[in-house]
Amino acid sequence: MNAALLICQGLTCRFGGLVALDRVDFEVNEGEIVGLIGPNGSGKTTLFNVVTGIYGADEGSVRFAGADVSAATPQAIYHAGITRTFQRSRMCLPLSVFDNIMVGNHKRLNHGLAFNLLRRRAFAAELGRHCDEARELLAVFNPELATRIDVPAAGLAMIDRRRVEICRALISRPRLILLDEPSAGMTHDETRHLMDDILSVRTRIPGLTIVIIEHEMGVIERSTDRCVVLNYGRKIKEGSFAEVASDRQVQEAYLGVA
Amino acid sequence: MTSPLPALAWATIATLYGISFLAVESERAVGSLLVIAAAVVVLGTRFGLVDKIRASIGANERSFDAAAVSGVLIAAIWFHEEHFIILMMTTAFLLMVAALGLTIQFGYAGVVNFAGAAFLGIGCYTAGVVTKYTTLPSVLTLPLGGLMAALIGSILILPVLRTRGHYAALVTIAFGILFKVFLEVNDTLGGPQGIQVKPLVLFGWNFNNPIRIGEFTASFYFSYLLLALLLLLLSFAFVRRLERSWIGLSMDAIRLDEVASACYGLDLARWKVLAFTLGNFLAGMAGAAYGHVLGFIAPNNFTFGDSLILVSIVLLGGIGNAWGVAVAAAFVVILPEKFQVIQEYRFLLYAGLVILVLLFRPEGLLPRRMREYMPGWRQPDLGPTRDQPLGHKGGAR
Repeated sequence: MNAALLICQGLTCRFGGLVALDRVDFEVNEGEIVGLIGPNGSGKTTLFNVVTGIYGADEGSVRFAGADVSAATPQAIYHAGITRTFQRSRMCLPLSVFDNIMVGNHKRLNHGLAFNLLRRRAFAAELGRHCDEARELLAVFNPELATRIDVPAAGLAMIDRRRVEICRALISRPRLILLDEPSAGMTHDETRHLMDDILSVRTRIPGLTIVIIEHEMGVIERSTDRCVVLNYGRKIKEGSFAEVASDRQVQEAYLGVA
Repeated sequence: MTSPLPALAWATIATLYGISFLAVESERAVGSLLVIAAAVVVLGTRFGLVDKIRASIGANERSFDAAAVSGVLIAAIWFHEEHFIILMMTTAFLLMVAALGLTIQFGYAGVVNFAGAAFLGIGCYTAGVVTKYTTLPSVLTLPLGGLMAALIGSILILPVLRTRGHYAALVTIAFGILFKVFLEVNDTLGGPQGIQVKPLVLFGWNFNNPIRIGEFTASFYFSYLLLALLLLLLSFAFVRRLERSWIGLSMDAIRLDEVASACYGLDLARWKVLAFTLGNFLAGMAGAAYGHVLGFIAPNNFTFGDSLILVSIVLLGGIGNAWGVAVAAAFVVILPEKFQVIQEYRFLLYAGLVILVLLFRPEGLLPRRMREYMPGWRQPDLGPTRDQPLGHKGGAR
């Protein structure tokens, strides 16, 4: 079997005396959907932040697609093909839906000064292409949203903002996408819709690998191939949802000792 | 297709208003003109005229641009013999160029710069030094002034990148003060007395000579007015295209959210440095032209107060809106000259005005509109048929 797409080994991250990640080993294979679960403060988001280069790891290594990216900047991680969404939605609210998606398309846009300022015709052609592509992607999530590509992101409902955020993460055709609690602040129905959308996108982009942090166990059960459970920065269990859910230690972490 | 008539009518009204504003002398007349303008704006907003005009301008940008430039030229020709009015207009145009530079820095990339006057001064002094100590053609002072401002600005890049908010502001304030002190102690640059800037000469034409065509004799500032207008048009087109490009998008994104931008590959330093450098270049270039216009420059022309005036132009006009900057610069330059009473209190007036604007209209008098990539790209009323004009303009298929 091929080596895994993402390999974290002995990942440790400390904030002063607090050990947010404690020697975490974590692997994701190409094409897999992995659920990352654990109680609040167990280090899930920190793991994302370390992988995407926002925090540096104190110990351990991160390898992506065979290359060591432990010390890489967030920019380099993005160029390597990992994108993410944020737990508390991070959008440029005054900008339009299209603009927000294009921020995620950074590596495929031509940023040459002469191209942008002088070759306006060529620029318009590139703009038209990206615009069609963004519409197409949005239409998978919500056809109605695809017609409102130029409204400010601030005017969207929470679920549509999430959708735009996920489109922003997908538009550059990454190999791995990290979703940090996509259902936060949404109703049951909305969560279900969003998961359907994500799964349908995955059938359209073969080989897309997803790591998803989620508290909604229904979502995890339905969508993931495998789960990893963190508690106090340590990995306490790994396996299919059924295995994880029936594990005594996991139940204790979530519900307290019976 | 939206009719161009409202836009053209608006350009005509603005031209007539501008001419009467420049022509009136008595303070009472100036006051009534201001009141009329305020009333028209309030009523126009109430009856939806402003939106109509905006839509028309958006859909007919080229015609409106042409009308605006013609309006300015008509006003200039109207007053061609009035030295003082022509000088005022020239000054306003050059300050607009500098304020457009600040717009790139502050409005797009979010890099604060409270040393605008210092960069203007670098351009002025470059013009002075080049014409005094070298035999280079004096027209080269314009690009050289810009380059010097960009180059000297680069010493500020590191502190500006490492600090944020108030601290970045303090760094630039300190730079502005240092610059003035440096000028005062430097004898080569004339010390506190200042330095003379020789007139601009282009193809043997001395800009200080009055233009004479038959019966028509224009003020000796008229050539500078044309030059300033040319610089303004170039800078305006430059800034607008920059905004409507992927570069503008990147600058907006890092201003709004640095963490998300970094996670999507945007190199924060690269875009901030580019914005800072381009902005300083515009200020320096405007400064070089201003130096030639003034003929004599001294450190006192470039105080912290003057930097604040530039910032207040950007705040009053609407952060990130090039048209807003143009309108605000015109008012900031012309109003104190018309209201001699407020001349002494003008800083108080600006300060009060800026506070009022920040309190009641924080986005400025002419708030920046949504980003668009092509004129009339966003047409919210058209619904789904929007695909069509875009596809046409984009030429994608």
